[in-house]
Amino acid sequence: MKMMHRLLALLTIIIMMAGFSSAYAADDGYPTSYTYNYDYWGDVRESPDAYRVDTVLYSSGLGLEVAMKTPQSMFVRDNDIYVCDTGNNRLLQIRLKSKGYELVRIIDTVAGSDIPTFNTPSDVFVDEEGTIYVCDTNNGRVVKMDKDLNFIQEFVKPTDATYDQSLSFLPSKLVVDSSGRVFVLATNVNKGLVKFESDGTFTGYIGANKVTYNIAEYIWKMYFTTKEQRAQQESFVPTEYYNIYMDDESFIYATNVSFDEYDLLWDNAQPIRRLNGIGNDILIKNDRYPPIGELYWVEGSDAYGPSKLVDITVLENDIYVAVDRTRGRIFGYDSQGIMLWAFGTTGNQEGAFNSAIAIDHMGKNLIVLDQNEANLTIFTPTEYGNLIFDASEAYLNGDYDGSADLWEEVLKLNANYNLAFIGIGRSLMRQEKYPEAMEYFKMAHDRDNYGRAFRQYRKIWVEENIGWMVAALAAVMIIPLVIKTVKKTRWEVEAYERSQIAK
Amino acid sequence: MSAAKLQSNPAVKKPKNEKWNRYWESVKYAFHVMTHPFDGFWDLVHEKRGTIAAATTFLVLFLVTRVLKLMYTNFQFISAPLQYINVFEQAASLLFPFLILCVANWSLTTLFDGKGRFSDIYMAMCYALVPYVIIQLPLVFVSNIIAFDEAAFYTVLMTFSIVWSLLLAFVGLMQVHDYGPGKTIIFLIVTVVGALIIIFLILVFLSLLSDALSYFVSLYREIAFRLY
Repeated sequence: MKMMHRLLALLTIIIMMAGFSSAYAADDGYPTSYTYNYDYWGDVRESPDAYRVDTVLYSSGLGLEVAMKTPQSMFVRDNDIYVCDTGNNRLLQIRLKSKGYELVRIIDTVAGSDIPTFNTPSDVFVDEEGTIYVCDTNNGRVVKMDKDLNFIQEFVKPTDATYDQSLSFLPSKLVVDSSGRVFVLATNVNKGLVKFESDGTFTGYIGANKVTYNIAEYIWKMYFTTKEQRAQQESFVPTEYYNIYMDDESFIYATNVSFDEYDLLWDNAQPIRRLNGIGNDILIKNDRYPPIGELYWVEGSDAYGPSKLVDITVLENDIYVAVDRTRGRIFGYDSQGIMLWAFGTTGNQEGAFNSAIAIDHMGKNLIVLDQNEANLTIFTPTEYGNLIFDASEAYLNGDYDGSADLWEEVLKLNANYNLAFIGIGRSLMRQEKYPEAMEYFKMAHDRDNYGRAFRQYRKIWVEENIGWMVAALAAVMIIPLVIKTVKKTRWEVEAYERSQIAK
Repeated sequence: MSAAKLQSNPAVKKPKNEKWNRYWESVKYAFHVMTHPFDGFWDLVHEKRGTIAAATTFLVLFLVTRVLKLMYTNFQFISAPLQYINVFEQAASLLFPFLILCVANWSLTTLFDGKGRFSDIYMAMCYALVPYVIIQLPLVFVSNIIAFDEAAFYTVLMTFSIVWSLLLAFVGLMQVHDYGPGKTIIFLIVTVVGALIIIFLILVFLSLLSDALSYFVSLYREIAFRLY
């Protein structure tokens, strides 16, 4: 009997513990990456993890004799990761092999250049042939070298009159398009990106930020300050971009971290932009909330203030992912500007960041570079993350029904996912199941699509019910007429009778 | 039989009927006020064409319209977080500002030779709400039979109803107090300031009241502790 009691007690404890463990950790034992979404009201809805840590690459793990020091940037081409090890004036090339990530070579010299070494290299770009472009910041140049590190040419300070010659040329970020034109983001230059042709000639600026000021500030400066005061104050200047990325279609994605908090409110700050050839922002924003990273922050919390989106990368199907340094958080958006997921946090455990500085992708894997920790975190998508990618892709490829099936799978994992409701709704609309489609669109608060489905539904409803509607209308018009006539006749008869009686 | 009885006892039944008639007439008079605001508001007060009962009816209808609008307008045209909405709160958040504005207007205009009594002001303001009710109430239904890209129709009518009501309120105050338009505008601004002062006083009063109450509560507790 005593034995039985003990067994029972043990069993209860086991059951309780099982219950607890499933409540506090993910079912498969991996640490969570705190993934969430915003619902229509802007409230945070926790969701399954879209990404999880695959590996974290440290200097020691890569076999580096001198540890990485304040790395600033990173570039991925095929299976190679190029890291700008800024503090050590060198580049690292890391390759994904079958066994994992391995250090291929350390690039710290340029063969055949007048200045054979780098001085605080802050960005790197590698084109499809393997030609390497390096922003050699404190040498005031962009170095172009072939894949065997032989010097090809350098891009230096433009001698053009539009470039203020008193300023030194400090290139900080760069991208190169398919025809070899180089776009450089230079410190102290607020006219936009400096553009070089492939032969090294300077051909102007593109994508300058608009000058922003508010009316009160303008009136104050123009009418209530003297000329001398005005000369001392800073003038209205456009802000500089923080980072740039070039997608497969040669559009430049730029991020911006210096803006006033209240400018985010009506999307005047536009921290993420997609610049076309003439430098206009063509980013599509079809969501209720613009792509600005975090929507709300609590006064007094340790991560206060708007997201500082320090880097951006663009995956297939125009899905772009930006990293927020303030919170160590990664935000993914689809081509319509709708947030797919946000995850990550600050901290010291795996998958958390101290000071995230750069992000890039290898296939669907995301790689984040941490400046102070000097490590690379590689994330791989989970089943849930992959489903979202596959469903979006199926839809973009025109496989609407296939995408609806995938969205159904997504909904099984996360019943708060608006995009899934919209995806299924669209598929239902194509199948002409309008009332069902309307239901799904209503769940996602998608007014446009709801309106479209509703119009079709209304048309069908009217066509089906036109018979009795016409009848009712006719009745409404004819019955009073009949009553009126009857009354009139009766009155005339009565009048006649009265007149007869009177006679 | 019953008809004869009714006629034989007119003193009992007739006043009630007359009351109802007067009420019904004053309700119907709202349409005249809407379309002829200058004459309408003048007669409403000075010729006793309006009744407090009718005015209160309009106020209640206004609150009901507001609540129905929040709850039953199609989601394409309104983003009301229904999960957080308390209808009584919504109604109160319109009713109290309305009453406070009436009181503020009355207390200021009486000092500056405004002709209107409080009941006149209340009546005029309530009658001014009628266009809001008779346009917005059907719009709640209409919103469920039009699509999002036909929203222009909806928004125009909605704006129209609000502008109409505001104009009526303006003309109403003008006629009730026998003011010119300039003076009315000044007093509208002053009324808002007055309303803010009233709200401030209410808050001060409530906080003092709660302090006083807590004093007596703690006094009672202290005594209770000592005695036991």
